[in-house]
Amino acid sequence: MILAYGLEASVRHGPAGRILQRLHLDGMLLAGILATLLVGAVVLYSAAGQDQSVMYGQGLRVLVAMGVMVAIAQVSPTVVRRIAPWVYGIGIIMLTMVLIAGEVGKGAQRWLDIGVRFQPSELMKLAVPAVLACLLHERPLPPSPWLILAMLAMIMAPVAMIGLQPDLGTAILIGLTGATVIFLAGISARYIFSALAIVMASMPVLWYSMLDYQKQRVLTLVNPYSDPLGAGYHIIQSKIAIGSGGIFGKGWLNGSQGQLEFLPERSTDFIFAVAGEEFGLLGAMAILLLYLAVVARGFYIAAAAQDTFSRLLAGSISLTFFFYVFVNSAMVTGLVPVVGIPLPLVSAGGTSMVTLLAGFGILMSIQTHRKLLPR
Amino acid sequence: MSQLTEIKDHWSEQRLFVRRIFVCGFLVLGLTGLVVTRLVQLQLVNFEYYSAQSQGNRIRVQPLPPTRGLIFDRNGKILAENLPTYQLELTPEQVPNVDDTLRRLAEARLIDAENLPRLSDLILSHRRFDSIPLRQRLSDEEVARFAVQRPYFPGVEIRARLTRNYPYGPVAAHALGYVGGISTADKQILDPAAYAGTSHIGKVSIERAYEAQLHGEVGYENVLVNAHGRNIQVLDGESSAPGRDLLLTLDIEVQIAAERALAGRRGAVVGIVPQTGEILVFASAPSFDPNTFSVGLTPSEFQVMQEDSNQPLFNRALSGQYPPGSTIKPILALAALEQDILDPDTRIICRGFYTLPGGSHRYRDWKAGGHGFVDLHDAIAESCDTYFYRLANNLGIDAISGSLRDFGLGSPTGIDMAGENRGLVPSRAWKREKFANSGDQMWFPGETVITGIGQGFLLATPLQLAHAVATIATRGERYQPLMVRGLRNPVTGETEFRHSRLLAPVEVTDATNWQLIIDSMTSVMQGPSGTAQASGKGAAYSIAGKTGTSQVFTLSQDQEYDDEEIDETKHDHALFIGFAPVEDTTIALAVVVENGGSGSAVAAPIARQVLDTFLGNRPL
Repeated sequence: MILAYGLEASVRHGPAGRILQRLHLDGMLLAGILATLLVGAVVLYSAAGQDQSVMYGQGLRVLVAMGVMVAIAQVSPTVVRRIAPWVYGIGIIMLTMVLIAGEVGKGAQRWLDIGVRFQPSELMKLAVPAVLACLLHERPLPPSPWLILAMLAMIMAPVAMIGLQPDLGTAILIGLTGATVIFLAGISARYIFSALAIVMASMPVLWYSMLDYQKQRVLTLVNPYSDPLGAGYHIIQSKIAIGSGGIFGKGWLNGSQGQLEFLPERSTDFIFAVAGEEFGLLGAMAILLLYLAVVARGFYIAAAAQDTFSRLLAGSISLTFFFYVFVNSAMVTGLVPVVGIPLPLVSAGGTSMVTLLAGFGILMSIQTHRKLLPR
Repeated sequence: MSQLTEIKDHWSEQRLFVRRIFVCGFLVLGLTGLVVTRLVQLQLVNFEYYSAQSQGNRIRVQPLPPTRGLIFDRNGKILAENLPTYQLELTPEQVPNVDDTLRRLAEARLIDAENLPRLSDLILSHRRFDSIPLRQRLSDEEVARFAVQRPYFPGVEIRARLTRNYPYGPVAAHALGYVGGISTADKQILDPAAYAGTSHIGKVSIERAYEAQLHGEVGYENVLVNAHGRNIQVLDGESSAPGRDLLLTLDIEVQIAAERALAGRRGAVVGIVPQTGEILVFASAPSFDPNTFSVGLTPSEFQVMQEDSNQPLFNRALSGQYPPGSTIKPILALAALEQDILDPDTRIICRGFYTLPGGSHRYRDWKAGGHGFVDLHDAIAESCDTYFYRLANNLGIDAISGSLRDFGLGSPTGIDMAGENRGLVPSRAWKREKFANSGDQMWFPGETVITGIGQGFLLATPLQLAHAVATIATRGERYQPLMVRGLRNPVTGETEFRHSRLLAPVEVTDATNWQLIIDSMTSVMQGPSGTAQASGKGAAYSIAGKTGTSQVFTLSQDQEYDDEEIDETKHDHALFIGFAPVEDTTIALAVVVENGGSGSAVAAPIARQVLDTFLGNRPL
């Protein structure tokens, strides 16, 4: 952190730093994001079989998302805090509308057609932590048990509605995001451990309430060869791709697993396996390091923030970003069951790119709207 | 701001938060460490293993789709088979420009331009190295035409594949169903691994109900491929296991006779072996050619079928619901005899109409002027409505619905086919639940009266009617209708036979009551004034039957039914139920002809043609 602060100071006082400050952009965070996007583009070019149209599509998405990020960075955290409850309320209304009249996209109702096709669950990824942070802003921390219960209810409402769509992956992620806010608010270890104990105890119940295909996904994690044509195929091919990459990798555009299309969904959910195959252990670790740098800068911004709302929101956004990275890389390496979560900033497609960069926009806003207090 | 409630201690809160951020930092490092450890395990420790796998990877798992089970009729005649046909297939990864290739194939008249969007979607939903069927059953001429242009279409090939074929075409199509391309809806309910490599799935009727047994088990082979993904050599694998052959209870010769008799009409014929519940005939007209579905219909062809006002895709035998009309009279007569409220020998006068005691509304008989003095035997033989209006009023709706239910009306028969309708047997409770308005919830005596001649709310499917008349033939024994009597393993030849389930029988206290009913039904066919005596004449076997003519819409009190003036879709439905021979019965059947007119003039002759074919009697 000391190192980070030192670097920041030097960036801040150069001429480039002044321009960035005027644009309300955080140079360190921006550098981390751009580096990750760049590396991601290199990997994607190979993973997509050098398909130009995929690259154009991804480029366009990045541009739009960058625009959203810069726009949001101009908005001061105070304004974000004031509109957070409204955004949350609108999100709940839209989720209700999706459940009632949503268009069925890919077998589940997630889309709402309002001129442009729009997924309200994406909005909730930011609205949930924002509204919780806003709730905690004026109250003493750690929060009282009643407040915790109220917050849990505010988390469960959208989570349940999204779970019903059904989009279990997003529902769990939003639940986790909300949990991070409660954790960062400083609830005592006693609550945390009892919550963990309840989760552990409910595991058997969860197992029995899971659908057959969901159980199958867990079972194929243990023995992928039990289902070599179905769910096991993804894990088997992904592990072969990564393992055969060795320390240095097979070289860019030379991964046989990816190039010969043994690896399924190689430009989306399984793109990390392409990186592991072509750039080896060192390349994969370098990519993880890039992500760590972004997360660390996020944590720094959270710690340096000047009010409760900013701190909690910044911390939650950074931690959630890390969860994406972890769940995806753990899934691709066969540590957790296959869930459809893309590798942030690298995987092609998805509406999540805009949400991700909007979150970073909030981080930048928090960092650049600080009042100069005497230290 | 902060002095509103409690004092916020900003300094301690900040310290608490920073502590939590540190905890998060350790969590992040720990989880990242976990992933890195895993990477080390895969890429460093087990590198040799995975490297070898990757080298040998060039080994691709390829699914081997199983051969679909065949379908036979009860005499071993084949009803559904798999024929090798030529089909056009495309492998996306070998095609430089998929859309352009599709467009040029359409220009070469090898695929239908109308199908282009559907085919692009199909291609997108497959893996790039899968071979995707574009069109089935190319003619020899088309195969030759493609062979000439082959060099212009890299990645497109002609392959011999097995295609479902129904040698009898539209005959029994509603019983058998058809197979078609796997749809998105199908995908949600099936195991994608089991269907890897399978392109078609059973859509309706037997093909659907027995999909699990017909499909078989998928096999796979490990194929060595070169650096460009081309297959070099098959290494090993597991062969697929073909699906079970189905042995049906259907008799295709009788089925053909039934469909010929129904030709040009909308209707259904269902025939059952009364002592076993086996379905002999299951015809619904108009029919369709199931072969067109296995080849793949263009959207416009499908639309034509969907929009045809005769609804050729509608399975009338299984799902059509019709007012049963006079065909239920024998059942009500039996109920009245059992309740001891009817003396079969008492003659009552029929003047051509019936009025409720104290009422003025005239419930008219089909025969203007009436039947004169009739006893039970005459009332069934001549189908006297007045007699049954009175009988129904004496029985009451509760006893009526009870007895109809005993014969299986109002609930699915449980035949081994999907999509059966339950019909409707009205009751007081049903009416109370069905109508929102409290004035409509009450059961009126007049509704009981018209239920006595099978009108009003009452609805039955042709299958239910056949089941009910089979129950009369067996004097109360009931069997669940059965379509598939055996599942044969085509490899070992072992056959697992299936038997119809015995259902709750119709119990009577006096067995002679059955005889009374059956005798009067015999007079319908062979008595001097029987309504269907024209259709019973000259048969070399005895027949018992009952005609029915059910109104589709209600005439007002003073209106006369004149089929010249009324729209065809409002004409009466023609019905017939019957069984033969009367002793040692071998077949019971029901005939329904939508808007066909009278049961005796239209439905009974159809039944006679079917019976003649089955019982081996040439019509005179």
